[in-house]
Amino acid sequence: MILFDHVYKRYPGGQEALKDICFDLPTGEMAFLTGHSGAGKSTLLKIITLIERPSRGQAIVNNKNLSTYPRRHIPYLRREIGVVFQDHKLLYDRTVFDNVALPLVVAGHRHQDIGRRVRAALDKVGLLKKERVYPITLSGGEQQRVGIARAVVNRPPLLLADEPTGNLDAALSDEIMDLFVSFNQHGVTVLVATHDLRHIKRLRMPVLTLSQGYMVDGQQKQGQMDL
Amino acid sequence: MISYLLRHLQVLFYTLGQLTAAPLATLMTVAVIGITLALPSGLYVLLENMQRMTAHWEGGAQISLFLQTTTSDSAAQKLAEKLRRTPGVAEIEYLSADDALLEFKQLSGFGEALDALDSNPLPPVLVVWPAPDYSKPQALEALRKSFSKFGEVDIAQLDLEWVKRLHIILRLAQRGVLLLGGLLGMAVLLVISNTIRLAIFNRKDEIQIIKLIGGTDAFIQRPFLYSGWLQGTLGAIMAWLLVTLGLALLAGPIGDLAILYGSQFNLANMALGPSMALLGIGGGLGWLASRIAVGRHLRAIEPT
Repeated sequence: MILFDHVYKRYPGGQEALKDICFDLPTGEMAFLTGHSGAGKSTLLKIITLIERPSRGQAIVNNKNLSTYPRRHIPYLRREIGVVFQDHKLLYDRTVFDNVALPLVVAGHRHQDIGRRVRAALDKVGLLKKERVYPITLSGGEQQRVGIARAVVNRPPLLLADEPTGNLDAALSDEIMDLFVSFNQHGVTVLVATHDLRHIKRLRMPVLTLSQGYMVDGQQKQGQMDL
Repeated sequence: MISYLLRHLQVLFYTLGQLTAAPLATLMTVAVIGITLALPSGLYVLLENMQRMTAHWEGGAQISLFLQTTTSDSAAQKLAEKLRRTPGVAEIEYLSADDALLEFKQLSGFGEALDALDSNPLPPVLVVWPAPDYSKPQALEALRKSFSKFGEVDIAQLDLEWVKRLHIILRLAQRGVLLLGGLLGMAVLLVISNTIRLAIFNRKDEIQIIKLIGGTDAFIQRPFLYSGWLQGTLGAIMAWLLVTLGLALLAGPIGDLAILYGSQFNLANMALGPSMALLGIGGGLGWLASRIAVGRHLRAIEPT
């Protein structure tokens, strides 16, 4: 699903955020992406979602080469990737329903279809009763779950999460992480960027570790983590 | 196709909702556009009215034949009879020297002074009204020339020069209104594109999020284009109302003035065609303005 082959990213200021990154996340897998702040986690996710382009090397997502992907097709690629953000990135002047419906509206789905799919997604994250509510009235955990519902509502094959549990307490963040695991069990490829080592120990998933722009231990298989 | 139209309709109503959500700001923008468009539209309507008013003046042109002062009454009458039978003459009126003096005394206010003269200095006059198919300036000129050949005629005068001049002045004014309209149209363009620019920056976060979840540029710009079109159209409606109101205020005094001149002139409001054109121009300018703003600013907002 995601294949990085000697990917470099140099920002215009000359700062090298990623150096010689090689990894492969096969379809249907789930992995963690970890490292200190500034190690390049965000840059890596930005390349996958084509907010940034690799400076060198090949990055392939869902069989598309990101270096040469035409700008006008970027929206269609992004529809194949669900993204969950640390700061939720919800629209606070719209209801929970409208927020979750946005990816479907953007993609031009039919009206009846939208209602059905939004309710299914909200049901999955346990917020079906809150569809008429404005997100500002929800707790941080609930807002994050709205963000997750929005990320999965059009059933993308790939789900990315950038520090999805950053501001939540342990119990809530376990709940959120279990949601990702359950999506993965339904066949979605999942990549979660986090610096919360607790989840990594608890869930025993492959880990990609970044340090100062390098990938330090490539692909670790289950149980190989020793922290 | 139907779902495509439905989506556009949805965007239209969504945009309307957004405009009414901030009624004061919307009203101010619409008022600025309205006043800006009302100025050239109002001038245009006034010019149209003046042209309508002067259109039949040309047809009412008359040729005055001032006869030699020595011409006798009977000779003048005979000439009048002869002229009445020439083609191109619809009617003829004979004003003898005495009649002319009487009329001049009444109208000029020099009554007393004229009594002091021992002889009548005024010539007898034949006033000729040309037939309707001789109302073109060239035909009138030819008619005047043919009259001036008669021995009894001293001066043949066509009272048309000033009508011609008036028409040229009106044409000039029309050009001026067009020029002014062009300039004010540019002003409308700038006003709307600035409002749209502000709207784009106010919704920067929303645009970034929509881009992140796969919204195309076309999808994102659609509500802004509708917003520009709507503001322009509402401004045009406001301009139409302002012109109508202005004309209603002018109608009374102008009617009184017309009655003093013995005319039945009424101010006419904008016809259907020009009204529709005004709406189209307003909407078109709004659309174009937001197109410009969107083209310049939407691409610059990318998710980070």
